[in-house]
Amino acid sequence: MAKKKMTIQQIRAKLQNRQGEKFWRSLDELAETEEFNQFLQEEYPHGSAPMTAKEDLSRRDFLKLMGASLVMTMLPGCSRQPLEKIVPYVTAPEEIIPGKPLYFATSMPFNGSSTGLLVESHMGRPTKIEGNPEHVDSLGATSAIHQSAVLGLYDPDRSNQVLKDGQADSINNLYRFLRKELKDSEGKGVRILTDRIVSPTLASQIRQVIKAFPGIKWHQHEAIHSDDARRAQQMVFGEYVDPIYDFKRARTILALDSNFMDNQPGHLRYTREFTARRRVVDSDVNQMNRLYAIESSPTMTGANADHLMAKNSYRMTLMVCALAQQIGVKFPAIVDGKLSNEEIKWVHVVAEDLIKHRGESLVIAGDRAPQWVQALAHSMNARLDNVSRTVNYIQPVASNPQLLQESISDLSQAMEKGDVNTLIMLNTNPVYTTARELSFETHLGKVSNTVHFGLYRDETAMACQWHVPSMHFLEMFSDGRASDGTVTMMQPLIHPLYNGISVHEFLHGLISADAKTAHDIVRDYWKSTSKTVDFELVWRKALHDGFVARTAFKPKKVQMRVEFAADDLGKLNRPSSTKADQIEVVINPDPAVWDGRFANNGWLQELPKPLTKITWDNALLVSPATAEKYKLENEDMVEVSNGKVRVSLPVWIVPGHCAQSVSAYLGYGRKHSGALGNDKGFNVTKLQTAEHQWRLSGATISKLGIKYGLASTQIHHSMHGRELVRSASLDEYKHHPDFAHAHAHGTQGYELSMYPQHPDRAPHQWGMTVNLNQCVGCNACVTACQSENNTPVVGKEEVRRGREMHWIRVDNYYEGEIDQPTTHHQPVMCMHCENAPCEPVCPVQATGHSDEGLNEMTYNRCVGTRYCSNNCPYKVRRFNFFQYADKHSEPAKLRSNPDVTVRNRGVMEKCTFCVQRINQARITAKKENRDIKDGEVVTACQAVCPAEAISFGNIRDPQSEVSRLKESPLNYGLLTELNTFPRLSYLARVRNPNPKLETHKPKAAHVTVHDHSEHGGGKH
Amino acid sequence: MNPRPKRKTVDPSVRDAAEIYDDRSSYADVADRISGLVLSPTRRGWIIGFIGAVAMLALLKYSLYRLFNDGIGIWGINVPVGWGFAIINFVWWVGIGHAGTFISAILLLLHQKWRTSINRFAEAMTLFAVACAGLFPLLHVGRPDRAYWLFPYPNTMDIWPQFRSPLLWDVFAVSTYATVSFLFWFVGLIPDLACMRDRAKNQVVKTIYAVISLGWRGSARHWERYEKAYKVLAGLAAPLVISVHTIVGFDFAVSVIPGWHATIFPPYFVAGAIFSGFAMVVTLSIPIRKIYRLEGYITDKHMDNMAKVMLVTGMIVTYGYAMEAFMGWYSASQYEGFMIWNRMTGPYAPFYWALIACNAIIPQLLWSPKLRKNMLVLFIISLVVNTGMWLERFIIVVTSLHRDYLPSSWGMYTPTVWDWTTYIGSIGLFLFLTLMFIRIMPIIAISELQHLAHERKHNRIDHDQESIR
Repeated sequence: MAKKKMTIQQIRAKLQNRQGEKFWRSLDELAETEEFNQFLQEEYPHGSAPMTAKEDLSRRDFLKLMGASLVMTMLPGCSRQPLEKIVPYVTAPEEIIPGKPLYFATSMPFNGSSTGLLVESHMGRPTKIEGNPEHVDSLGATSAIHQSAVLGLYDPDRSNQVLKDGQADSINNLYRFLRKELKDSEGKGVRILTDRIVSPTLASQIRQVIKAFPGIKWHQHEAIHSDDARRAQQMVFGEYVDPIYDFKRARTILALDSNFMDNQPGHLRYTREFTARRRVVDSDVNQMNRLYAIESSPTMTGANADHLMAKNSYRMTLMVCALAQQIGVKFPAIVDGKLSNEEIKWVHVVAEDLIKHRGESLVIAGDRAPQWVQALAHSMNARLDNVSRTVNYIQPVASNPQLLQESISDLSQAMEKGDVNTLIMLNTNPVYTTARELSFETHLGKVSNTVHFGLYRDETAMACQWHVPSMHFLEMFSDGRASDGTVTMMQPLIHPLYNGISVHEFLHGLISADAKTAHDIVRDYWKSTSKTVDFELVWRKALHDGFVARTAFKPKKVQMRVEFAADDLGKLNRPSSTKADQIEVVINPDPAVWDGRFANNGWLQELPKPLTKITWDNALLVSPATAEKYKLENEDMVEVSNGKVRVSLPVWIVPGHCAQSVSAYLGYGRKHSGALGNDKGFNVTKLQTAEHQWRLSGATISKLGIKYGLASTQIHHSMHGRELVRSASLDEYKHHPDFAHAHAHGTQGYELSMYPQHPDRAPHQWGMTVNLNQCVGCNACVTACQSENNTPVVGKEEVRRGREMHWIRVDNYYEGEIDQPTTHHQPVMCMHCENAPCEPVCPVQATGHSDEGLNEMTYNRCVGTRYCSNNCPYKVRRFNFFQYADKHSEPAKLRSNPDVTVRNRGVMEKCTFCVQRINQARITAKKENRDIKDGEVVTACQAVCPAEAISFGNIRDPQSEVSRLKESPLNYGLLTELNTFPRLSYLARVRNPNPKLETHKPKAAHVTVHDHSEHGGGKH
Repeated sequence: MNPRPKRKTVDPSVRDAAEIYDDRSSYADVADRISGLVLSPTRRGWIIGFIGAVAMLALLKYSLYRLFNDGIGIWGINVPVGWGFAIINFVWWVGIGHAGTFISAILLLLHQKWRTSINRFAEAMTLFAVACAGLFPLLHVGRPDRAYWLFPYPNTMDIWPQFRSPLLWDVFAVSTYATVSFLFWFVGLIPDLACMRDRAKNQVVKTIYAVISLGWRGSARHWERYEKAYKVLAGLAAPLVISVHTIVGFDFAVSVIPGWHATIFPPYFVAGAIFSGFAMVVTLSIPIRKIYRLEGYITDKHMDNMAKVMLVTGMIVTYGYAMEAFMGWYSASQYEGFMIWNRMTGPYAPFYWALIACNAIIPQLLWSPKLRKNMLVLFIISLVVNTGMWLERFIIVVTSLHRDYLPSSWGMYTPTVWDWTTYIGSIGLFLFLTLMFIRIMPIIAISELQHLAHERKHNRIDHDQESIR
């Protein structure tokens, strides 16, 4: 089949998009015609012509060829290596010292705000993302999603070509075409669909475009939106506001379906502030906060609550109504129903606690909580005098805030009616993310000109006429706003890898034929708004810092309603009780791949989701009671129906899940996400309706009788009576500060060891503590470690076999009753035992002890007996069963941290305490002729932790933070009865339950949760 | 002190000689009969067996190709179960090897005359089993091309192996054991090889036997030195029987894992090794003596004795199981207690109880003399014991690892098809070597049988003379 000859236009486009090699021999070569390819083949045979010929090869030809190949293979042995000259820079690029990384401040726009980041760059290639310590939304921390962005940058599946109907084309053609369209129609019938815009420059550009062509309509769409929050705000404030919480001042907190530790704008700061009051070891325990939570789907926030009520939206609304009434909010009955005695007591105690801490309490409702729950939460804060103390309201951070669901419905209807001629979609994937009943894809067919601008050739791009590859945020100049409105800068770390186009340049191209760089566009915008004389100075400082100080929005003066009338009732959704044969389905963004936009990111796919530890899939999370009712086991396929659409997905039983609801994550079942994400998991988007996005109250589930294998990294969630996570209530702690050692086993000491103690030769002895009071289980450390240490991704099948490679894992244990357990998180990595069981069993001394107390792996020496892993009681060692690390494919290999070896097949690996960072600090200290300072060495997991749960330092120095923490009575080691002398120790968990709600549970008895999943999932 | 009343009985050694050597033929007849097995044309049964063995060997080769090409990830191992079939098979094969050395060396030193007819192929079996066993530690490492680093050879890196690691002790134990076993077997073969040389008609065959019989002429001086060397090697081999499996037991006992960390392992492993080794000798000798009609040389008495050894060692092993369970409770360690409870009731419980049935219960049938003489029953029991001992290693390796200290890391181990093909392939290797041995070497020690024939003829055994030699 002869390839179609290219048109001159297409050739131009090809040339324009070409990178590097700009020469060509003939137009034929450019067009890659059949003739040219044939010529090329014969002239420069890569394979041999007879081999590639269609006719069968005769025996003689075959022998001839083999003979020739043999000679050919021998020839290179005779030739010399071509001479290569390595020339130093004549003028060295400023600040680049080979081998030394540089850090640049930039930011990542995500979920309606921008988070400031510092990106580590080695010789011009970004390798690792850190938080920007000065940025209000980061404070030095990041989430797993931020960490993974650097992998997304190098993703080989990113789109790299302007396409028209699937054929290469040029961006200038598109500009010309669009400009003509816009001019002819004056914007009539032209719609722009974007995600939520937090970039002031971009917003102003869109407004400019609309101003130039007034007919244009601007729609916004994002799968994860806060429409319900907006409606509730409209009800209470009469306008849209963004709440800013201050957990520093909050003593009693009630979280209503709010996952403020994980997926709310500003969550890193909130986590930091929340956990700062729970350090226990060096904070005033009398100031310890208390978290109550009601949630319909298990979240990290609920798992960290002192009191958790798992309720579906109907019962949650009932409880919140009762609570609001007690607090003094006035409203007519919103839902009918009666509270149970347990609920009444709970509500009473919580109301009392909130009122008692008037002004330092906080009621926080999630953006996707039932609308009335959110409205009442605002009013409760007003009644509790929390406003301008623990909560402030600012103007919305997103430019042009809208109800996104309405916006996309309008667009869809307009498309159906044929009102839309040209649709330009920027960084959004509505074909995948819109509710099925909008029939977005079908209506898209009625639009004559469709343009998709995005990172991937995704579902929407496939349905569009034009596709434009977007720059990754690490490749471009832009700006944004933090969750409090602080202006945040974004700057490129690398030349675009895949011919990506900046969204600023793209919008500029719509209105002007003159090229203008994104840098100039952003700079000019700020220059036009700036009143300073020396703008250059401000601009440079902004780029250096990554943000502009004192640009946060001022708290607004708000009028808040605390009384609602009967005619208000209909304005917000009111959940109704579910019938006996029905169940509520709660839909949430996936903790890792979010709405599916990160589906092609291996780090995120393989990140064990909090609580379930499932990787590479989504599942229907059900309570043990629901499982019992429907006779379900883990990995049973069920069919969920919302009355119109049915979706099949596997079941995973989660202790403590609300019994009247089941939950599922979005973001899976994608068809065009790239090689990694395609056809992973199940598309729950189909279940959403235009009206009900997050909770479908009248759903039914039925068992299908088939199984689907899920890859979970942790199957057993019971401690089996072992003292792994030690915890106590605040009262118990006050009476017995050393409760963590109450059950200590036998004596421990070096006299029990056959071998002499490792002599403390070196001045630095590294040690670590993990404060279990602070760890919220957010997984950021897992991805940070993966990024820092070049840990490979192994894929679902390998995870199912129990071969995940993460050096640090967050273990999750349940304690107490199966329906209402207490959840514990415990990060576990190499303990760097002084008396390490792994060391004496290695026959080749591949794992040994450094004189600074590190348990070191010498990859070169490892032959792979795996004896060390067998003998490790903590099972933190990871083995390269196959060649997991991809050392060769371009450009992915550029991502690797050059300071850490990329491991080969057959080699054991494990946490090194980031020895490369220790060495870096040592070199710096040596050069400056001083000692390594406390806090100078920061491990990757420590750096990223929003909760500051990890401390690292020299335990030989009694003044170091880690030494001080290890002095605490809370300090305990894991499995120290084995005489391992771990260098990593834990600070026992102190919870702050309200004594009035504590049912007389004897502390000593650790009630064991039975393994609910003995037969299910992974590790088979 | 009352002297025991003297009972009139036949001299026991005379009675034994009659029971263990039932052929009334001359020295030449003995030699003809045994060497004839080798020098006669190939039998059809052998060819069929050989084809089967070669097919299994080919399976092994393909499995190894996949293993070296893809990596050991093709097996079912993971974290926490870092060792799987490879180590199970290693321990199993080493154990099987034990019977040969036990029969040849220890029974020789204990003057157990009945060993004569079975020692040769029992020793050969040892060698082949050790060959199969030796394969696995090499295969199971992640980087087999670097496995030689386990040997303490002088190198430019100036690095020694880690002498505290039991895996290193294994290297020494198994290689010493293989070397001594080979020498012992080969020295024992020399007079018989000379006999083959003398009887071979084909010039090529004659030459080969001539070379490997090292110029044996059967002179009195040869015999004198031969006997000395043989005894010395027997003396060397005897402690190795104990040491090898003791050290293999250390692989487990030295670790910290509940179910491994137990002082009972060395004796329990040695007993288990002899148990499985004898079972394997029984498994092999029953068909061989049937096919080659050697009932006159390998008599029911032999089978009876081996069955008794199995019974005894089986009970030692059973004691080991009982002690493991007892220590689970007595140690008062929750990890130990959980370990044994998990073995008995956990996901691998069926295998545990199958192991108890195979190794502790079914061998009790051997109390009955009638069943000990019933070759079909004995054959089946021997297979059951072999299976049981394999299961024992499976239980030790897998159930200890799959649920150790931190429940968060617990997992399961499921062998893949490549685990099975490698295991079956190693049996193929064993059968291949055994069949080759049967075809080219005298499977029964001719010279020793001639000694027995001599004794039978003169109705006496000169113990003193024996011991002087």
